Amino acid sequence: MMDTKKIATREAYGDALVEFGAKYDIVVLDADLAEATKTIKFRKAYPERHIDCGIAEGNMIGVAAGLAAAGKIPFASTFAMFAAGRAFEQIRNSVAYPHLNVKIGATHGGITVGEDGATHQCLEDLGVMRTIPGMVVVNPADAVEARAAVEAAIRYQGPVYLRFGRYPVPVLYGADYTFAFGRGVKMTDGSDVTIVANGIMVSIALEAADLLKADGIGAEVLNFSSIKPLDEQMLLASSAKTGAVVTAEEHNIIGGLGSAVAECVGEYAPVPVLRVGVQDRFGKSGTVPALMEAYGLTAGEIAAKAKLAIARKG
Amino acid sequence: MEKTQIECLKKTADQIRLSVIHGTYHAASGHPGGSLSIADLLAYLYFVEMRIDPAHPDKPDRDRLVLSKGHAAPALYGALAERGYFPKEDIKGLRKIDSYLQGHPDMKGTPGVDMSTGSLGQGISAACGMALAAKLSEADYRVFAVLGDGELEEGQVWEAAMFAAHYHLSGLCAFIDLNGLQIDGPTAQVMNSAPVDEKFRAFGWNVLTIDGHDFEAIERACVAFHACTDKPTAVVMNTTKGKGVSYMEGKVNWHGAAPKQEDYEIAVAEITARLAEEGR
Repeated sequence: MMDTKKIATREAYGDALVEFGAKYDIVVLDADLAEATKTIKFRKAYPERHIDCGIAEGNMIGVAAGLAAAGKIPFASTFAMFAAGRAFEQIRNSVAYPHLNVKIGATHGGITVGEDGATHQCLEDLGVMRTIPGMVVVNPADAVEARAAVEAAIRYQGPVYLRFGRYPVPVLYGADYTFAFGRGVKMTDGSDVTIVANGIMVSIALEAADLLKADGIGAEVLNFSSIKPLDEQMLLASSAKTGAVVTAEEHNIIGGLGSAVAECVGEYAPVPVLRVGVQDRFGKSGTVPALMEAYGLTAGEIAAKAKLAIARKG
Repeated sequence: MEKTQIECLKKTADQIRLSVIHGTYHAASGHPGGSLSIADLLAYLYFVEMRIDPAHPDKPDRDRLVLSKGHAAPALYGALAERGYFPKEDIKGLRKIDSYLQGHPDMKGTPGVDMSTGSLGQGISAACGMALAAKLSEADYRVFAVLGDGELEEGQVWEAAMFAAHYHLSGLCAFIDLNGLQIDGPTAQVMNSAPVDEKFRAFGWNVLTIDGHDFEAIERACVAFHACTDKPTAVVMNTTKGKGVSYMEGKVNWHGAAPKQEDYEIAVAEITARLAEEGR
């Protein structure tokens, strides 16, 4: 794992916009963060189709809605905090209610924003986006999946929320990887515990599986980058087999992947579900490794919760 | 404008007003005041100005109208029904559980509605997006937005105002319904947005101030809009809230209250009497 190439998913997002911009009539909107969101790559390639909206996210989402209503495929980008947070209501009323073909490319999701601290570390976006009817919500695990998610979003007719990260993460997939909304990806087979993760936590979940393996515990790691729709079939098949579930997300444990998994398992076939994530707290400034450690977003924490979940099996 | 055309538009506007009264009465809720103040504007736009085809409401090159003050939906529905987008008898289903005529405009369910609106301040941004799309595609369709004066208190309106001027969206024309009243009282007292014309001018718009009940003035404003090729146009319309129903005119309590039986009968009698007069 240590030798694996690392790329931030926001980089892959910027590259994907350029790649697919050649083929599709996409228009990219940004709110004065093109350097950070990496839409600057698209601006260099297709300046006439890159629209900087200035620091005005509510209007940006509304403009995206109007572009989509007139047949364009807009990608609106800013930090997750200002997309899902500040512009929540514009996304809800101007985009999702009329089911317009707007793609929201939200970068700097989660605590790995690092030094900028709590105001810029969005830990609620997947939760609030998931509550909007008809919204597709995706948090890719690596650069390959990020690219694939952009393509899937373009091919899909309707609103999509894509969360990308600032921090470089290991590349997990090869060029032959295929992605679909609502389809989980089984990363490892195991029969003792299911670990469901998305985003940056997928590679950390794989590390946890290695730790557990050393203790003779077989963990089945599932990448649920597509949080909505959720691959209920894969989840329930795995939870029925292992009888214990741990979720791992770079998000508040309230509302996000942990909640989605607990809702599904609780409703159809209850087994213990333990949630690794930010424990209903705000973030703070720090280096990414220090923050991941401080907030319990580690392989050790996942492994410990896995053992606890196994101990609670009926 | 020829006298016959003015008479014809007056009649159309009164048909829209009748529809507003019918709809809100049958719904027992809704916003008649701010619907009646834009009836004349919508009559002009839907019957003279806009290049539209009710048989093909989704035609890509059509002119578009975004009712940013979405609570005036009864006026929009009246205009669309009058123009033939859907049957006039459907108006009495307004706001009812089995009707496609939602309390605020729903573009997915109602033919002729170009944008879903209702949450104030959002429609103007969508109108900017449509005007930008026309520009990017080198299409010549125009985009009209109708805003309330209370709505101008939303910060998003000014984000959009900056955006439209910055990108020279000359295909966008925003009509501001300056009727001076919002739910909590006179706009000047609740949150003074005056001077509206100077604000839009300062934001870089082509600005005109007109009597919003004068068809010839509306026509002149549209001509000025067509002539302006480098800026978005804002038409500040001085209007009377509740226009055309005597007891509603200038009364804030008719912002969001439906006419009851007696009110309804008076309003219908007033408008039908005027229509009979106009019909001669």
